[in-house]
Amino acid sequence: MTIAPLEKTMPVGKTRLSHATLFWGGFCVVMALLIVAPLVLPVFWAKFLTEILIWGLLAMSSDLLIGYTGMISFGHSAFFGLGMYGAAGALLHTSPPNLWLAILAGLAGAAGAALFVAYFSTRLRDIYFAITTLIFSQIFYVIIFTWTSVTGGENGLIFTRPHFAIPYLFDIRFTPPVMHWFVVALVAGSYLLLRRITRSPFGMVLQSIRENEARTRAIGYPVQQYKIVSVMLSGVFAGLAGALYAIQNEFAAPDFVFFVTSGDTVIFNVLGGIGTLVGPIVGAGFFQLLRELLSRIFGDQFPYLIPLGMVFILMVIFLPQGLLGFARRWLNK
Amino acid sequence: MADFFQNIPFDLLLIQTVNGIVTGLILALVASGLTLIFGIMDVVNFAHGELFMMGAYLGVVVLATTGNFWLALVVATLLIAILGGALQILTLKPLIGRDPLNTILATFGISLILQNFALWEFGPVSRKIEEPIGAYFTLFYLQYPWYRIVIAALAVAIIGGFWLFLKYSKFGVWIRATTQDRVMAQAMGIPVPWVYTGVFAIGAAMAGASGVLFGPLGSINHTMGLDWVLKAFIVVVVGGMGNLGGSIAAAIFISLLEAYASIWVSPAQAVIVSFVVLILTLLFRPTGLFVATPK
Repeated sequence: MTIAPLEKTMPVGKTRLSHATLFWGGFCVVMALLIVAPLVLPVFWAKFLTEILIWGLLAMSSDLLIGYTGMISFGHSAFFGLGMYGAAGALLHTSPPNLWLAILAGLAGAAGAALFVAYFSTRLRDIYFAITTLIFSQIFYVIIFTWTSVTGGENGLIFTRPHFAIPYLFDIRFTPPVMHWFVVALVAGSYLLLRRITRSPFGMVLQSIRENEARTRAIGYPVQQYKIVSVMLSGVFAGLAGALYAIQNEFAAPDFVFFVTSGDTVIFNVLGGIGTLVGPIVGAGFFQLLRELLSRIFGDQFPYLIPLGMVFILMVIFLPQGLLGFARRWLNK
Repeated sequence: MADFFQNIPFDLLLIQTVNGIVTGLILALVASGLTLIFGIMDVVNFAHGELFMMGAYLGVVVLATTGNFWLALVVATLLIAILGGALQILTLKPLIGRDPLNTILATFGISLILQNFALWEFGPVSRKIEEPIGAYFTLFYLQYPWYRIVIAALAVAIIGGFWLFLKYSKFGVWIRATTQDRVMAQAMGIPVPWVYTGVFAIGAAMAGASGVLFGPLGSINHTMGLDWVLKAFIVVVVGGMGNLGGSIAAAIFISLLEAYASIWVSPAQAVIVSFVVLILTLLFRPTGLFVATPK
């Protein structure tokens, strides 16, 4: 790689294998497990895994802001929701419904929302950025919730899943395993892309903004423009997660534009470990598993967010690096 | 255009002015607690809305057992102050000296717990606090309830009392000294960590008191906290960060605008007005509407 400073620290524990071999080896093992999973897991857990991956993609997109640019976004529900509604709108208004058009529409919706949010909220720093992103996501929530004629209001939009087709090549129905592999492919692709972005010169500037914004500006980087681009990138990946979630569940609902989604995204990041990209996926899995476990032990009515909130606070105090924090340097190398 | 102005119902406008000022003063009370905690501790209290909600619920509970609104106000305020102090000691004290972004995460965790506790304990059905005073006075054709005026006066009294407390009491002087220079304050023998705890308890108490005061005006449910904390955040940004007077002015300004807007659109959409005010403030005066122009 071209970026020198981080590369100089070499030790990879006691093993003699190079970092790249280990990393790509691990990557292939995880990918193989994910690909085999829907064939061996029971139906419920296979779907559970697919959803974890989608939530993980959302959390990973937010990690670009929290972990790399140093800005906490409490507004990712807006991007996720616009992705959902964009995909739903495209599927309802085109015939025959086209998968790729739906995803493109979702990405476009999320990018539009992200541009709007980024333009205003990057004027503020730290906590004020967090608050303004939250407020902007509420604007989108109110619009989607009250604009019944277009968004279906409280009921949301319901549609049928499109076929998985590439023109002139093949056209198959989305069975659960196909959906799972599709999600795995997109999440893995997003991970590699985001990893490439964070290691590029552009990503280095983002990390420099995180470390010392004033100095980055003094060196001559247009900090606000970098921030706008990073919010938009993050928003586009969140929109992809939203579009996938909509296609997986065949609906778009205003609940997902509400603040709770943004809150969950932040929780996934903190649990899994910010600044690692894979950490947030692990965090999403940990969160959903814990939730499933609690509701199986104590029943559906159990307020699982009380113990999860306590775990969250304890992690903020005692383990701010998250579950994968110990591997942060290694994963970013 | 002329038609539009002729169609404005002036009596309605006046009623909404009074309504706007009453909710504005309650909002000012919520926002001053938030500003106080932020100004002194650099902590953005995400759980402020949930403390407001818990105050309202405690008001409901105490009112149901004792039947006295004023007793409920005092008891709920004190309990929320204790809760606030305890939360500060348990979750925020270990975070002193770390990146302020950690405190926003910790208070976000608190808000999750409190919100779900309220849902678990009190259920999803909205509650209401009985009006403490039954008397009315005539405002045009409408019988306007006196208790709203009393509530507004109480909010003013609490803010005023707090201002006097800051200015003349020993603890108030400690608080102001800590705001100015916390290292120097510590050097002069002020127990700064306890000032933090005290300030958080006072801020929480203000949120709790406003929760009880708001009780008779609207319905109480476990999700109300988010609406109020959002509004309070908008007020704090629009009023100029950490500026008590600016927050009060901004609270009344935004509540008035929302009250007027709800003449024409539904209250759910009237919220957009305050969002627009926020956007315009960020665009043209990011330091706040109610502060002197920075040189």
